Order: sequence, then C-alpha cells, then structure tokens
Amino acid sequence: MFRFLLSRLVTTVPVLFGVSLLVFMMLHLVPGDPVKMMLSEFQTSPEQVELLRSQLHLNEPLPQQYGRFVVNALQGDLGLSIRSKRPVRNEIAENLGSTLQLAASALLIAIGIGMPLGIIAALKQHSWLDIGPMIFALSGVSMPSFWLGLLLIFLFSLRLGWFPATGGGDLKHLVLPALTLGLGASAIIARLTRSSMLEVLRQDYMTTARAKGLNETIVVLRHGLKNALIPVVTIFGLQFGSLLAGAVVVETVFARPGIGRLIVNSILAKDFPMVQGIILFTATAYVVANLLVDLAYGLLDPRIRIG
Amino acid sequence: MVQARTLNVDRQEELAAYKGEARWRIFWRRLRRSKGALVGIFILTLLLIAAIGAPLLAPYNPIKITDDALFSPGFPYLMGTDQYGRDIFSRILHGARISLIIGLISVGIAAAFGVLIGLIAGYYGKWVDATLMWVVNVMLAVPGILLALAIITIRGEPSLANLMIAVGISGIPTYARLVRGSVLAAKENLYVEAARASGAPTRMILFRHLLPNVIAPVIVAATLGTGTAILAAASLSFLGLGSQPPSPEWGRMLSEGRGYLRDQWWISTGPGLAIMLTVLAMNLLGDGLRDALDPRQAR
Repeated sequence: MFRFLLSRLVTTVPVLFGVSLLVFMMLHLVPGDPVKMMLSEFQTSPEQVELLRSQLHLNEPLPQQYGRFVVNALQGDLGLSIRSKRPVRNEIAENLGSTLQLAASALLIAIGIGMPLGIIAALKQHSWLDIGPMIFALSGVSMPSFWLGLLLIFLFSLRLGWFPATGGGDLKHLVLPALTLGLGASAIIARLTRSSMLEVLRQDYMTTARAKGLNETIVVLRHGLKNALIPVVTIFGLQFGSLLAGAVVVETVFARPGIGRLIVNSILAKDFPMVQGIILFTATAYVVANLLVDLAYGLLDPRIRIG
Repeated sequence: MVQARTLNVDRQEELAAYKGEARWRIFWRRLRRSKGALVGIFILTLLLIAAIGAPLLAPYNPIKITDDALFSPGFPYLMGTDQYGRDIFSRILHGARISLIIGLISVGIAAAFGVLIGLIAGYYGKWVDATLMWVVNVMLAVPGILLALAIITIRGEPSLANLMIAVGISGIPTYARLVRGSVLAAKENLYVEAARASGAPTRMILFRHLLPNVIAPVIVAATLGTGTAILAAASLSFLGLGSQPPSPEWGRMLSEGRGYLRDQWWISTGPGLAIMLTVLAMNLLGDGLRDALDPRQAR
C-alpha cells in the first residue's frame, strides 16, 4: 500500500506543478499589456498603471515572478483582488462553504437517484423499467443545467411558491440549485451504474452464487452491486470536480453566492488575480480529490494497488 | 431466438464482406439497427435543414427590433416574440446555424490537435510521450468549463471566436488520451513493422497506417463531443462569456429570457428545447455509432 501511495504521489506532484505554471502564465499570455487590460474599465493615470505593475511584480524576470508566485501560493497567499482590494484567499474562503454545500447535496441527490435507477435498469434490461430510466438519463445528460434551473424556478418558485428563486443562506435556498446540479449528475451515474451492473451480471461468480441456491436479493446486492460499484466510486471523484464546475452555471442562475459566481464576476471585471486564484485553488482541490478517490479505490480493490 | 437472429445478421455481414460490398454499407446496416441512432439522424437532418435554409425558412429578420414585443406563441409569430419584438422562431432557425458551427469548429480544433498529440505520444513513446501526457494531464486537472473560462480570460473580450477556441482547446485532452491508448496497441502490429522495415517515412506510418486503425473511437468521441461542445458553448454564452447580443445564439437567448420567466415563459423555452434536442440527437447518434463501429461494446 505504501508503494502505491508513493507512486500516486509521484505522479500528482508534476501535475500540480503544471497547473501552477499554467495559472501563472495566464497573465503573460494575454495579448498586449495585461495591466492595461485589467484596468481598461477604470479611468487611470500612467502612475497608477505603473503602481499596479510593480504591485504584481511584473517588472521582475519571469522565473523570479514564478518563484514568488509558487512560494506565496504554498503559504496560501494568492494576492489581492483588483476589484475589492481584499486578499483573494479571504474571498475564496468566504464563498467556499456555500459551493461545497451545493456540490455535496447535489452529489447526494445524484447518488440517491442515479444508482437505484441504474440498478433497476440493468436488472430489467430491455423492459420498460430499463427504457424509461435510460430515456430519463439521456435527457438528463442532454439538458442544459441553466435551462433545467429556469424550469425549476418557473415551477417551484414562480408558480407554486414553494422555494425562493434566488439567493443563498438557509436550506430552502439550497433545494432548487442542488436539484438542478444533482439531476444532471444523476443521469451520468445512472448510465454508468447500469453498464457496470450489466457487466457484473454476466460474470461466472453470479451464476455460481445463484447455483448454490442463494436468495436472489443477496445475489444481486452482495455479489452484484458490491462489484459493480467499483467503477462507479471512481467516477465520484471526477463527478465532484464537474459538480464544482457545474456550480459556475447554477450559482449564476440562482444568484447564489459561491466560488462559481465569484469567478464569472471576476472574469467579467477582468480581475486577474482573483481568476488565477480560483482556478489554482479549484484545480488543486480537484487533483487532491482524485488522489483520495484513487487511494480509496486501491483500498477497495487489491488488484489495483498490486497491478 | 435473439441469438439466432444475431448469428443471421453476422452471417449476412460476412456474406456482404465476401461479395466485396463496401465497408460503409456494412456499417450502415449495423447503424440502422439502432433506433436511437435513427432518431438522432432524423433530428440532426431537420437541424441541418434549419441551419442551411435559415435565411429562406425564417419568416422574419432574426435581429431586427420591432414594436411587436412579447407576443405569445400563435399567429403571426409561431413561437412568440421576445422583449425586443424579434420573432423567436426565426431566431431559433438562425441559432441552429451558430450552434452547429460552434459544435463543428470546436470539435474540429479539439480532435485535430488531440489526434496529433495522441499519435505522436503513442508512436514515439519515452520522453516525448511523458512530456505530452504531462501537458494533457495538467489540462485534465482543470475541470473543462474552468479551463474554457481561463482561456476566455486570457483572450480578453468574450466573442464567438474566443468561445470556439476555448471550448476546442479544453476538449483536446480527451482525444489525445484516446488516440494515444489505441496507438500504443496498434503500433505493435505487423503491418506497422512492415511499413517501417520497408523504409516508409514516419509521417506515412502515422497517417496512412496508424490513423485509420485508431479512428473509429475518435469518430464516436467527436459525435458525442459535438453535443458536449454545443452545451458548453451555450453555457458560456448564457453566462455572458460567449457570443454577444444581438446574436441569436441559443444560450444567449435563454439568458435574455430569464427576466421574463414568470409571464413570458416562451422566450426561454424555445431555445432551451432546441439546445436539448440537438445535444440529445448527438448523444443518440454517438451511442449508435459506438455500437456500429465496435460491436463488442454493444449493449
């Protein structure tokens, strides 16, 4: 296990290095002068432009700038927002809770709906119990989340008045955004669970289990589901990343505070340090989450850590 | 019974191959078996007609502001009008053009670069592979839409061109990994060794011998990817980071209809349905193509 852990860590570090390089270079890949672009919406004097340039250390040689960027980032210092003049770290910290709450509840909804649908579809392959859920899943995959969000707002807040349409805060504000994000993800999980379950149902050990006279429920749950879940679990890590990304759209639709809305507003305001900080933070969180899922996967399935 | 029919179909294919029937005909026969794929082709055909014929089919100018604001669906405006008095049906027809172009160009960028990277990485191996895959893994570490957002930020002003570049670049890793994997397996084949032994230049080995043998999964991924790209582009336009007004881009139209959701639901319903049907059609066709091109995967 230790060797497996070490090998995964060894592959993760270069990726994180690459991500930091990519985020750092963002500012330098801008055609023209990045400082002028950042300040294009403000009335500024040449002195102010120079001041920002020196604040961002843009006059130093590139390697030195990158070194400073990495050392600061490792200490949690992601610079100052151009718009609010506050540390990027603080703004991310303030918005993170809301986004995590949204992503976690969406993941719960996705698992709660997607897995049972996938299992039923696989067990009743080619019947209406298979076709129905799969049409739902295919529509879910094809549905733009912003449209689903608007439909839910139309039905549950404008017509029925059950939930607030916009804003954040209490649980009532969470329901519609979480459903919007979760339903899309449930479609992916349903499709994956179904195909993984179908694969497992064909295995010899399933026939053996039935042949020894086991109850069908036990055969399906203990022998089937347990094995079918392995690939589904791996997708959780990936899904969590896409849920975080999906939050970008959903938070905007519901005007809900969070990392997603923060990055959209920062891009529109050309607040570079903020955009860089959020991308660096999210990508790192995503890589670490996948590393954890990989490790969990290794624990669940010995073939992976040995092979 | 089902098995007997499958055998029969396989026998037909064998016979067709024996008779020297074109490969695409065998492929078409397999594709036809998938009802989903046929539905997908049907929707896409309608979409294509809408996209090509938009100037002829659209009853009104899609961007001209008129006094007929917020008409409900019916007569004379089939799908109603928006807050600027523009006919939604005409806008959706013209939007089909934009969406298809976005989908095709983004996927074109993603597939062209992705396939090239995958071919080179898989064929040369060693440090070339390690370096290219490092780049690909770094790109994969940034979730798709965030990578696109980063690219849009770098490119400055939001625009349709920047949108296509952003969605295209963020799609590259998928194709690169897919092709690299297939090339790693395919390059061990005798025909590659034979080509190398006969002194064929690398370019020829890559594009004449390896590419045709690894292209099937790329076609499937590109079909599914077109749907994803259209969806991603619509999301970005919805956020105000893609095509700009008065363009009849579907995501943009949906975003403009947001404020009128309570009473003028039709402003956002039309474009929403259009996006969903287009992506659905791509997904249905992609699934069907996968089954037809690789029968072992068929479920």
